[in-house]
Amino acid sequence: MKVSTMAEMMAAGTKPEVLFWVGCAGSFDQRAQKITKAFATILDKAGVVYAILGKEEACTGDPARRAGNEFMFQMMAYQNIQVMNAYEIKKIVTTCPHCFNTLKNEYPALGGNYDVIHHTQFLQELIENGKIKISDSNEWKGKTITYHDSCYLGRANDIYEAPRKVLESLDVELKEMRRCKSKGLCCGAGGAQMFKEEEKGTSRINMERADEAIETKADFVASACPFCNTMMTDGIKNRNEEVKTEVLDIAEIIAKAIQ
Amino acid sequence: MEFISHIFFLILSVVAFYIFGKKILTIKRNIHLGRPVELNDQPIARWKNVFLLALGQKKMFRNIPVALLHLILYVGFIIINIELLEIIVDGIFGTHRFFEPFLGVLYPTLINSFEVLALLVFVACLFFLSRRNIIRVKRLISNDLTGWPKTDANLILAIEIVLMGLFLTMNAADPAANFIISSWMKPLFSNFNEHQLHTIEQTAWWMHILGIYAFMNYLPYSKHLHIVLAFPNAYYASLEPKGKMHNMVAIQNEVLYAMQPELAPTNVAAPEKFGAKDVMDLSWKNLMDAYSCTECGRCSAACPANSTGKLLSPRKIMMDTRDRLEIVGKNIDTNGQFVDDGKSLLNDHITIEELRACTTCNACVEECPVSISPMDIIIELRRSLIMEDSNAPTEWNGMFSNIENNFAPWKFAPDDRDAWTKQS
Repeated sequence: MKVSTMAEMMAAGTKPEVLFWVGCAGSFDQRAQKITKAFATILDKAGVVYAILGKEEACTGDPARRAGNEFMFQMMAYQNIQVMNAYEIKKIVTTCPHCFNTLKNEYPALGGNYDVIHHTQFLQELIENGKIKISDSNEWKGKTITYHDSCYLGRANDIYEAPRKVLESLDVELKEMRRCKSKGLCCGAGGAQMFKEEEKGTSRINMERADEAIETKADFVASACPFCNTMMTDGIKNRNEEVKTEVLDIAEIIAKAIQ
Repeated sequence: MEFISHIFFLILSVVAFYIFGKKILTIKRNIHLGRPVELNDQPIARWKNVFLLALGQKKMFRNIPVALLHLILYVGFIIINIELLEIIVDGIFGTHRFFEPFLGVLYPTLINSFEVLALLVFVACLFFLSRRNIIRVKRLISNDLTGWPKTDANLILAIEIVLMGLFLTMNAADPAANFIISSWMKPLFSNFNEHQLHTIEQTAWWMHILGIYAFMNYLPYSKHLHIVLAFPNAYYASLEPKGKMHNMVAIQNEVLYAMQPELAPTNVAAPEKFGAKDVMDLSWKNLMDAYSCTECGRCSAACPANSTGKLLSPRKIMMDTRDRLEIVGKNIDTNGQFVDDGKSLLNDHITIEELRACTTCNACVEECPVSISPMDIIIELRRSLIMEDSNAPTEWNGMFSNIENNFAPWKFAPDDRDAWTKQS
């Protein structure tokens, strides 16, 4: 697919409405790449002029900072802010809640001030403004979906409604898990846990969360974070439930539902 | 004789308040051993938190039945203590029900409402005792509480029950009094003559006030101190989004000067300690958090690591911090200043395994009814581990070097970052 980089836009003398911050998972992880492509497809269909940083994008530093490595975080933040300020970036949309949180809450103190929104908020706007139209005969209609709150969207940034509003526009039945919204159970990936084995315990966090998702008997699990997606998929697979319950990002669900 | 008892009461009161005040000042000093942090901005938002979170107990209402019972205890505690005013005046001046003539019909109304509350508190305490000892609610019987903390919790409830019992007995044995709840107890005393009744009333009166003074002085050593500190702790609670981590300006500048040496000042200050190894390296708010914790365990019940059997328990993080701070405080009391005892919060109280299990999901912070952030302490200790001790699991070291060399936590070629655009 044709996706412009900021460098290309600059060379052509144009500016995008919004920078799509893809994130490391969205760029490199095979599963998350599908989410990235789904969201890019939606942006194209909605006629949004956007660009990516491409090879100039680097890890925000989130996992390093949360592991305790402030030096590495500051190095990455410095580098990214230099790049984005040079391009005079004003608005950023990202499909990763961890990147979202860092860009939105932690870069301002370091000189990176941008209007940052998460893709579920962006999708909500596009639907409300009529930029994208949900097909009346979309394939999700009448299906049951359970939404897994990402900690970095929910508790960290109080975003509980946008993802739910987007899903509601599909005419589906939303079924909440036992623990949801501010009480939602973590998938187990945050705080740099994604990059190491869990400490020893009686069970795994993603298995516990997968059980709660399975309990709802929903047809699909909706996620809004590439890391939650991986953890939930693995958890459900371990319970031999993969045939029944697929884990999909909200962007993927919407991409298949628009006219 | 009468005269002596008034003097005795006066001395007792002065001593009780003196010892209490002294301990409170020690706690205040201990809290100020923490790093300075400015938390005085946005006073309106902060007062709103005091009203909603502390006074209104908003977080407690995530579980309504328990919240209502807790509200009874809390309202009862505060309102019944208004009666304390009269008790102290009576004790000092040898009066009997000093306010009665001044308040007229309002007096029995007030005492009646105190009595109703006293009964409700009595019942609520029994219920809470049963939750700890008979129903055995999971978070109230966890290993965190083994030993003293469990006794502390039961003791507080038992003392409350005894105090309420004495308050009602005192009124019931007063022949001149006829109040709503204590009048039910009057038949219990029907076989006593006036002199005996007077002795019972006086004994109950003395035990009640002694109990209250003892309870007051027990508070600073108990988890129950939250009844005081919940208020300042709500005022100084973070107003930032929970996802935002505290920025380390020293490191920010170090990176900046490395990248742009022309900005570096010539007189560079000695680098500070990175993160927290001991309680003095934490902020004073972290330390006030530790004294505010009433060990209810809502944090640990919600913690994904704890509920999957990992060693980490956010409640234990808070208890350890307070324990260590008390040790440091006693060290200062003995030596005049802190003398290194070869121990620290990290390692001697909180282990690496506990710290590593945190997913920074903020569930503990969200749950805490008194605005404590155990996560903040966990992160500061993690910072010390990585930046002072270079202590990281192998996988994290791999992640760090991937970020440094490939600009992503995984080992992918940076040139492939936009490869997805070329896939079908």
